[in-house]
Amino acid sequence: MTSISEDSDKEKMRSVSVDLNNDASLVIDIPDALCERDKVKFTVHTKTTLSSFQKPEFSVPRQHEDFIWLHDTIVETEEYAGFIIPPAPPKPDFEGPREKMHKLGEGESSMTKEEYAKMKQELEAEYLAVFKKTVQVHEVFLQRLSSHPMFRKDRNFQIFLEYDQDLSVRRKNAKEMFGGFFKNMVKSADEVLISGVKEVDEFFEQEKNFLLDYSIKIKDATAKAEKMTRSHKIADDYNHISGALNNTAADNNTAFKKHLEKCAEVFEKLRKVEDRMASDQELKLTELLRYYTRDIQAAKDLLYRRARALADYENSNKALDKARLKGKDVAQAEENQKQCLQKFDKLSESGKKELTSFKARRVVAFRKNLIEMTELEIKHAKNSVSLLQGSIEILKSN
Amino acid sequence: MSGGCGRNPPPFPDNEDQEAELDTRVLDSDEDDDDEGEDIFTGARSKPITPTSAPDEGDIFSEEGSYIRSDVHHATNGLHSDEELDLFTEATVELTLTNTTSQGRREIIGPTASACNTTHVPNSILKPSIVTKTMEELEEEESGDQFELNIAVTNPEKIGDGMNAYMSYKVSTQTTLPMFLNKTFSVRRRFSDFLGLYEKISAKHSLLGCIIPPPPQKSVVGMTKVKVGKEDSSSAEFVEKRRAALERYLQRVVAHPSLLQDPDVREFLERDELPRAVNTQALSGPGLLKMINRASDAVNKMTIKMNESDNWFESKLQEVENEEQLLRRLHAAVDSLVNHRKELCLNTAVLRKSVAMLGSVEENSALSRALSQLAEVEDKMEQLHQQQAFSDFFILAELLADYVRLLGAVRCCFEQRMKVWQRLQEAQSTLQKKREAEAKLLWANKPEKLQQAKDDINEWESKVSQYERDFERVTCTVRKEVLRFEKEKARDFKQHIVKYLESLLHTQHRLVKCWEAFLPEAKAIA
Repeated sequence: MTSISEDSDKEKMRSVSVDLNNDASLVIDIPDALCERDKVKFTVHTKTTLSSFQKPEFSVPRQHEDFIWLHDTIVETEEYAGFIIPPAPPKPDFEGPREKMHKLGEGESSMTKEEYAKMKQELEAEYLAVFKKTVQVHEVFLQRLSSHPMFRKDRNFQIFLEYDQDLSVRRKNAKEMFGGFFKNMVKSADEVLISGVKEVDEFFEQEKNFLLDYSIKIKDATAKAEKMTRSHKIADDYNHISGALNNTAADNNTAFKKHLEKCAEVFEKLRKVEDRMASDQELKLTELLRYYTRDIQAAKDLLYRRARALADYENSNKALDKARLKGKDVAQAEENQKQCLQKFDKLSESGKKELTSFKARRVVAFRKNLIEMTELEIKHAKNSVSLLQGSIEILKSN
Repeated sequence: MSGGCGRNPPPFPDNEDQEAELDTRVLDSDEDDDDEGEDIFTGARSKPITPTSAPDEGDIFSEEGSYIRSDVHHATNGLHSDEELDLFTEATVELTLTNTTSQGRREIIGPTASACNTTHVPNSILKPSIVTKTMEELEEEESGDQFELNIAVTNPEKIGDGMNAYMSYKVSTQTTLPMFLNKTFSVRRRFSDFLGLYEKISAKHSLLGCIIPPPPQKSVVGMTKVKVGKEDSSSAEFVEKRRAALERYLQRVVAHPSLLQDPDVREFLERDELPRAVNTQALSGPGLLKMINRASDAVNKMTIKMNESDNWFESKLQEVENEEQLLRRLHAAVDSLVNHRKELCLNTAVLRKSVAMLGSVEENSALSRALSQLAEVEDKMEQLHQQQAFSDFFILAELLADYVRLLGAVRCCFEQRMKVWQRLQEAQSTLQKKREAEAKLLWANKPEKLQQAKDDINEWESKVSQYERDFERVTCTVRKEVLRFEKEKARDFKQHIVKYLESLLHTQHRLVKCWEAFLPEAKAIA
């Protein structure tokens, strides 16, 4: 069981999306989380001045599935069709560190006690990093909801924040699951729909093309970034080398020994820096790409819903014409058509707003993350430089 | 001593250590001789000629048509083992010694500022007329003159086609030593020539207890690819590895004062055409014979139980064996580092493309530009990773591989001493038997055979005393060689470690520059 209380990296973490929680009337954070085996229990803490809540400050425990439930209910709410719905946080994935832990256990016999202890330490740090990330991602999800004028008023959202019992809808029942699967299938068919539907609005036409293309590219970039940051495990090798050097030195007692020990020391220090380099790249770049892949998908979903509305509207037109021809149910058809038009217009209007602000948000987030990543990498590289310079000096003068 | 020479290596603090140790050894020997010797030398020592960069000299040693050299070069040091597979199987090579003069070793790896792979091997000037050397003289040689000998192995060229093809390397020598015909010369040699040289040296010197540098490994797989003509990066890499290995091998050989004197070595460096060394082929008659010998040696090693009067040898051998194991582990760790870095390099390249694509789709122009710049950064990083992996390999990994094999050679040196001891034992027991036989004859009163018995005893008595002297000498030599080796090893490692750290430093510097160049781009996003 691992837990974090005060997340010291909070500032750094909360960088993938722009700073939320600016509005003091509804402030949400996840100050604490517990990890039991596979399940993570988040403590969702809310501070609010809104009267719609029973208390001004309260905390509830929630599981990942609860977040998914909240997301799904919002998605399925007709009213919100014209909004970009914040993407659901991904499931906490401890597979990576767990695998490593397993391998470490197997390889225990082949390394020294120090090496083993160091690797274990590293592994724990990795575990912690995954943990922190998942907390952050869940937190951001809630914060996006709370900072959105419509979502923050959502009843289910309130329940999620307030209800101090177990949310019994945690597990989707079979029907819902099947429904979800079906929805996804239909959605991909609708991908075609989006590309196929004739667009009258220039703005949306552009958006559609852009989003379709961009989503492919960003997905690809995310995958490649993940692969790269995963393979940036040079730090592990440095650890082994350092250990082996120390072993070799231990047996000796000459100038040779001194050199080896110094070298081992250097590798040990470099290891730490290398580790930070890799993890910062992961956090700033890979995580950014991951998040926006999901967000782009949410934007696409909006387009899809609007396209559906458009199709519905066109269908209603056809139905109206047919009714007029037949002379039956004209009023009904007219009503239907009017509603479809209204819905479509509403979606278009809010969609435009949402997509525009999404652009801005995306650019800002990229800027922030890229700058931060660059600054961190420079810092680490400079650290390495001074470390190496110092060691070379010492070795040369020895 | 070394201070008197005009051409001095960059001052190494080790120098003081060197002098101190030399002093103690000099004290051990006959002092009068030494003083005289030194006087003779200091008087006769001409100012060693600084190699002015005559144009052709530069050419010989500059990097003609070789691959990614600038990083590689400083790293190479004479010994390479090619295929990782058979890297360590040949550890029971016959005696090898990498002893060099104090300065000699230092300068082989000396971080000369030039990109040339010139290495200076100031050798003590040896009295050419003397063939057998006493211990005292050997010691004094260390403090002798510095004359230079630079060796480079360059220009690998494929000669011929198909399975009969081979690589020919240019071996260039630049020297001020009088025993050579010219100051600068070069010859072409093929791999089997190097092996042949090793065989010859080994046959002559291993019995004396010298540690003889092992040559680079044969590699059927690697060579076959080259022969077949695959023009890909792996065969290019193989050739480069081998070239560097051959160079280090030669440098180690000539750094050893007694080996340098060997006419075979001279011939190897000078003579235009060398007779094909056929006994180096694995499946030839001599090749098979060698394998059998080696096998019997291995058996012998197990059965010799030496009565060690001197603990030093026993504990030293143990040390050597331990160290070999530890270095092997270290080598494996470094190897893994090399592989991971290569993997990282590949992944970075892939990411770069992806980021570039993303940048091209991005509608915000400033962000789009920034993303393209990010792709550039990733590109540079890929190159940096690549170069660093190279350094990892050529500076660290090959050094470690070399030393594992060298330690194996040191072990053989000890074994050789044991063999000499065994021979002595056998001679002693034979002498004993002859004496007993004589006693029996006396008792049985057979005068005719008595003379024969007496002759036998004389013969064996002289053999025994000869072998005793041999054993003494070998013991002495081995001791000296091991001490020299250890000094060299410490220096070697230190220099390589420094070099490696410098390569890391260089990489990190470049990284800083990369990112710093990118920062304004990132900030320009709006």
